[in-house]
Amino acid sequence: MNVTRGFTGRPSMDGPGLPPGQYDAGDAWPVLSAEVTPGIAPADWTFRVDGLVAEPGTWDWEQVGRLPQSEYAGDIHCVTGWSRFGTRFSGVSLDVFLDAVRPDAAATHAVAYAHTGYTANLPLADLTGGRAWIALAHDGEPLPAEHGGPARLLVPHLYFWKSAKWIAGLRILDHDEPGFWEQNGYHARGNPWQEQRYSGD
Amino acid sequence: MTETFVPPTRFAVPGRIAVAGQAAAAWQTATVAEIRRETPRAATFRLAVPAWAGHLPGQHLQLRLTAADGYTAQRHYSIASAPDASGHIEVTLDHVEGGEVSGWFHTAARPGDRVEVRGPVSGFFAWPGDRPALLIGAGSGVVPLMSMVRHHRRRRLTVPLRLLVSARSPRELIYAQEFGAETTPVFTRSAPPGTPVGRLAAAHLAPLTAEPPADGWEAYVCGSNAFAEHASRLLVAAGQPVDRIRIERFG
Ligand SMILES: Cc1cc2nc3c(=O)[nH]c(=O)nc-3n(C[C@H](O)[C@H](O)[C@H](O)COP(=O)(O)OP(=O)(O)OC[C@H]3O[C@@H](n4cnc5c(N)ncnc54)[C@H](O)[C@@H]3O)c2cc1C
Repeated sequence: MNVTRGFTGRPSMDGPGLPPGQYDAGDAWPVLSAEVTPGIAPADWTFRVDGLVAEPGTWDWEQVGRLPQSEYAGDIHCVTGWSRFGTRFSGVSLDVFLDAVRPDAAATHAVAYAHTGYTANLPLADLTGGRAWIALAHDGEPLPAEHGGPARLLVPHLYFWKSAKWIAGLRILDHDEPGFWEQNGYHARGNPWQEQRYSGD
Repeated sequence: MTETFVPPTRFAVPGRIAVAGQAAAAWQTATVAEIRRETPRAATFRLAVPAWAGHLPGQHLQLRLTAADGYTAQRHYSIASAPDASGHIEVTLDHVEGGEVSGWFHTAARPGDRVEVRGPVSGFFAWPGDRPALLIGAGSGVVPLMSMVRHHRRRRLTVPLRLLVSARSPRELIYAQEFGAETTPVFTRSAPPGTPVGRLAAAHLAPLTAEPPADGWEAYVCGSNAFAEHASRLLVAAGQPVDRIRIERFG
């Protein structure tokens, strides 16, 4: 251990909900996108799932609005260190979309891509089983543009860079393929409970 | 299937360089070699990192402090110094009110103290010194941009480079003594007599975007989210293509 002289750290805030190395950001919701925030009108937004699937599908805003809606109430964790407790998102579970397109038996991963061209890779297992959504609203309000509105991917059990803002689609693959941050040295999976921040963690 | 998936939309901000995985993943001891005050709230810490793998201007690193009980705190910091072979790198830290890591640096750190760093990370905000660079920063957001300015000078690069830097007042302008003709400071609260006070505005950008270099500017924007949103909107309104705007938000 490499102790820093004179450093004690803040009195521990570690609660059961706080992954290692994270702090409670309270009401703050920092914005960390690398690109210019796009102004996408709901009428211009679409979501597509293709790749290794039986039947590729594309949905527009109205069609997504008619799908069964569900909620996520819980925490989100950013790789830069902040966590936000008790967030409330609503939207459509990814299971609904994946059931419609029917991924091949060989499918193992997905690349989520945004209308800006941003990408993030995820194991398919992290996108199924009621753990991932296309989120359309936060706290009952339309998702603000700087937080990914009109719609973003929401995978709250992984670091939040995986939850691609301005989501445009998922490409289903039989292999893992690094996305934007993953090509820049970040971890392929990004599980905050195992502190998978950078490749090699 | 081995071909790389390219989204149907244009990749907004392709990375400038590939990031070396191994060097970036290992923690290394960094010894505080020198502390220089920049402004009442910001200071530069020169760190000796003998095995530093090198970086490009614009990249950042991860810094870790460890308490005697094993507790650790990690934060990201941009690298302020230009790449060189000195075995030293510099970071410039704002003193954040109640800040765990910046608080230690500003109140406890002294030469000889050891911390840990790893990196560099993020090739997307890197500037290898190739394309004309239009740099826009506010507060400590000037740090990664200063690495680019220093690199440009040290290598006597001829590719155009301009820096617009926003600060509350001349006293709070980090690196004030080092700026030259490439830099236009913008003061938001108070300024020397004859210098206007106000936010970064379209008029500051107009002279640069109206007559861009032959192959256009690569824009690098760094600062708080509010500043980044404001500056990037001004750039888009001035005709700068969105896929040539790179944004680093300190959050
Ligand atoms: C890519 C990147 C590059 C960066 N580069 C630089 C740079 O070059 N220079 C620079 O100065 N900064 C930089 N930053 C910001 C830096 O990483 C830190 O966020 C900053 O130094 C604050 O860290 P801290 O430990 O001092 O403060 P923290 O302890 O993290 O506190 C930050 C704020 O959150 C509040 N807070 C945090 N934890 C708690 C808690 N448990 N309870 C209550 N309140 C809390 C604090 O009161 C404070 O207002 C960069 C950030 C990023 C993402």
